[in-house]
Amino acid sequence: MRKVSRLSRFNIASLALGLAFLYLPILILVLYSFNASRLVTVWGGWSLRWYHEFFNDRAMIEAAWMSLRVAVASATIATLLGTLAAVALSRGERFRGRTLFSGMLYAPLVMPEVITGLSLLLLFVALNAERGFWTVTIAHTTLTMCFVAVVVQSRLGSLDRSLEEAAMDLGCDPVRAFVAVTLPLIAPAIVAGWMLAFTLSLDDLVIASFTTGPGSATLPIRIYSEVRLGVKPEINAICTLVIALIAVVIVIASLASKLSSSQGESAAPL
Amino acid sequence: MAEELPGAKVAAEPAGGDASPAAGQPLLRIEGVAKTFGTFRAVDGVSLDIKAGEFFALLGPSGCGKTTLLRMLAGFEAPDEGRILLGGKDIAQALPHERPINMMFQNYALFPHLSVRDNIAFGLKRARMPRADIATRVAEMVALVKLEGLEKRKPDQLSGGQRQRVALARALARRPQLLLLDEPLAALDKKLRENTQAELMELQRRLGMTFIIVTHDQEEAMTMADRIGVMKSGKLAQVASPRELYEAPRSRWIAEFVGDINLFDGESKLRDGHRLVIGTPDAGALVVAEPREAVGTGKLAVAIRPEKVKLSRRGPVNEAGRETAINTLDGVIADICYLGGTTTYKVKLDTGGMLQASVANSARLDVDAYSLNQHVVAWFTPDDCVVLQS
Amino acid sequence: MSSRRIFARPARFAAIAPYVWMVLFFLVPFAFVLKISLSQTAIAQPPYEPVFDLTAGWDALKAAFAALSVDNFKLLVSDDIYVFAYVRSLTVALTATSLLLLIGYPIAYGMARLPQRWQAVAMVLVIVPFWTSFLIRIYAWINILQHDGLLNQVLLALHLVSQPVVWLSTDTAMYIGIVYSYLPFMILPLYATLAKMEPALEEAAADLGAPPWQVFWLVTFPLSLPGVGAGVLLCFIPIVGEFVIPDLLAGSNALMIGQTLWLEFFTNKDWPVASAAAIVLLVVLLVPLLLYERLQKRQLERGR
Repeated sequence: MRKVSRLSRFNIASLALGLAFLYLPILILVLYSFNASRLVTVWGGWSLRWYHEFFNDRAMIEAAWMSLRVAVASATIATLLGTLAAVALSRGERFRGRTLFSGMLYAPLVMPEVITGLSLLLLFVALNAERGFWTVTIAHTTLTMCFVAVVVQSRLGSLDRSLEEAAMDLGCDPVRAFVAVTLPLIAPAIVAGWMLAFTLSLDDLVIASFTTGPGSATLPIRIYSEVRLGVKPEINAICTLVIALIAVVIVIASLASKLSSSQGESAAPL
Repeated sequence: MAEELPGAKVAAEPAGGDASPAAGQPLLRIEGVAKTFGTFRAVDGVSLDIKAGEFFALLGPSGCGKTTLLRMLAGFEAPDEGRILLGGKDIAQALPHERPINMMFQNYALFPHLSVRDNIAFGLKRARMPRADIATRVAEMVALVKLEGLEKRKPDQLSGGQRQRVALARALARRPQLLLLDEPLAALDKKLRENTQAELMELQRRLGMTFIIVTHDQEEAMTMADRIGVMKSGKLAQVASPRELYEAPRSRWIAEFVGDINLFDGESKLRDGHRLVIGTPDAGALVVAEPREAVGTGKLAVAIRPEKVKLSRRGPVNEAGRETAINTLDGVIADICYLGGTTTYKVKLDTGGMLQASVANSARLDVDAYSLNQHVVAWFTPDDCVVLQS
Repeated sequence: MSSRRIFARPARFAAIAPYVWMVLFFLVPFAFVLKISLSQTAIAQPPYEPVFDLTAGWDALKAAFAALSVDNFKLLVSDDIYVFAYVRSLTVALTATSLLLLIGYPIAYGMARLPQRWQAVAMVLVIVPFWTSFLIRIYAWINILQHDGLLNQVLLALHLVSQPVVWLSTDTAMYIGIVYSYLPFMILPLYATLAKMEPALEEAAADLGAPPWQVFWLVTFPLSLPGVGAGVLLCFIPIVGEFVIPDLLAGSNALMIGQTLWLEFFTNKDWPVASAAAIVLLVVLLVPLLLYERLQKRQLERGR
């Protein structure tokens, strides 16, 4: 029995303050999205007025639809490519071009978005590609597959290699061992990777601004141009909806990963 | 594609069937096998024959190459040199899934996402066994390892002992020609380990299968195995039955590695019939039986197991003892270590050396016990001594 | 051949598709940035003179190389606007990263000391805000910091100030926004190293006579340095190139390099200068980027 608690008062205070700092602004935003009054200063009672306004804002709805499509498409491609990359890096041992490969995969994780956006735009212009849904999707895939690769790779790295050996010992060739044993065990990480890619895509303003064309703005681009003009209660409503959507995705994905994985194992964080 | 695998074919047949080699020929023959990792020679020219139905133990300290050798048999490593013949066929370069050999892993490597039943059925499904046969075989295996009622559990809902049984059942389910066990009992506590040892032996005898076990625990190897191969720095130091290994170790290193032993360095002085007199600085002149293999006349060592050394207050007690116990040494008790069944005394010899004697505690009260600094006579016969090259 | 090698052969084939993708959409675009940064500005669509045309043959290529100009880079060095932008970016990133470390460390430390099952909960609580949109989080602060926003109302109600304070378009607002947005990136690597630390180490230090603050300084902190390194780099690098937060929360009198690049690109339509600015930004970040990459790789390939 541990008699002295390792948790000091200082620890508790910093945790409480930190979490309050993280959550209060979002809670306030959600609260004000239900405010009947146009003024932030005044609480005009509960109302769905701003949601109503959003659903009648054609441009906003179109942007939201565009964002959703891009997010689903890019997250799906990125999950596929990122998982393949993770498998190659964590199971491929040494191969020619490995250093370049891993370098290309880690760099976009921290590379300022303005650079990624600018470079991709210059490529699309040079290729004379029509900018819109596909260019944004490609750009988002390029960014988010790196995050998927990291998430999946860290799960693969922590997996006991003797499980794969046991599968081979029991009659699987390497590919079948991967499908029968490795894949089910990294499934939670793959799901987490898809979620991460989805939200990153839904979230991105800078890269989308560079790579999209006229008439196909994403939701963050629309929100950004509205926010520059000042606070508008309708934005509160949109933001609340986005938060709700992401919350639903997280809940579904974590339920899915709970079902697919054995007990006691949780999806990789981030 | 699994039907073409030799492992798959064998899996459907009972063990010891026509796949086993002709009488007199070993089931497994390892010929000059070597494996190098970088500059480290993990396995260095090992040759070994294993008969069908044998329970063989590879024993050695960590890093001696025993696990690498086992992994080469399973196909997880390929030897750089040498051949591995199973039933006369070289399998050294075959992939793991192509071999009629199964392995029980040290940490069991149970698939955490599969139930007990699916874990056991895993190898059978790869062999494309019909569904009904799989169900029968799984039920048979579950009964064999006494896991009835737990078929639907996942590995993390089982105790350590139960997991060990699932791993065993999974490895046995394909009826391999050869079962490899990598430290199979290392994760169990002492009491459970002893029970499991007995069960494993019983199982092996009943199934008539060939087992190769890797262990660092000499008691485990001694208890279970028909023959033991002791490995040191990638080489087989001695292959022998447990008794031979203990009573007739081939080298000083093995004598010290297996069990406790008293060692006295000295030089051969005199030969008298079947007796040899060896002069040692620590214990004086010791009379020993002449070893079967001729030893040189140079530096030698005399080895005596502690339980072969008898103690008394006045020397050999009966006539028979007086006759055979030519070696009598005087000393005082320097240290006492009570172990329950036995007591180990350290005797400081008058000649200067230290001698360990292990005495059975055959009476409950300590009437026979010696006390510290008590003068005693230690004695043992020439046949109790082993002469080793120093 | 070991079992790892048996596995490696098919695993390498998995690299093909992502490899091709990354070369095409990550590596090749940099060649374009480099090429355009060496071009002349033109009022056209696209707004730059193509420097070389690979279809034009060898002589044309040689001529093109001769025509390459470093004018854009000269401009970046000579014009105070750009120099100031780089200096400001680095200062802001340095200040913000220090603030993040100061705020994030106690939180991560508190998390690591929670009972085991609460640690998982705390981790989820720290990650969840990260899942909500970046832009939304900045917008949430605009709500709070605006002239008649919540913060000023609270301050007025408590009589701490007599008239509303201007928060928006100040560096304070920007730092709040940056710290708020990047806090999970600082906390998580710190927490990861702190949680892995053996509690017995701290107990041993205390047992050997160290008072709590010495236990922290002599044992806990030095052992958490890998986490500090990861957190600092993970925050510092993107903050240098940050665009949205300074654009929405800071004043417009001093721009960061991300903003300058954006301005050159979208407003001035000077793509060559924007490209050159991107190249210089990359060069500035090269050392921290390489450091970060090494850290990442070591962590992932150790296999934990």
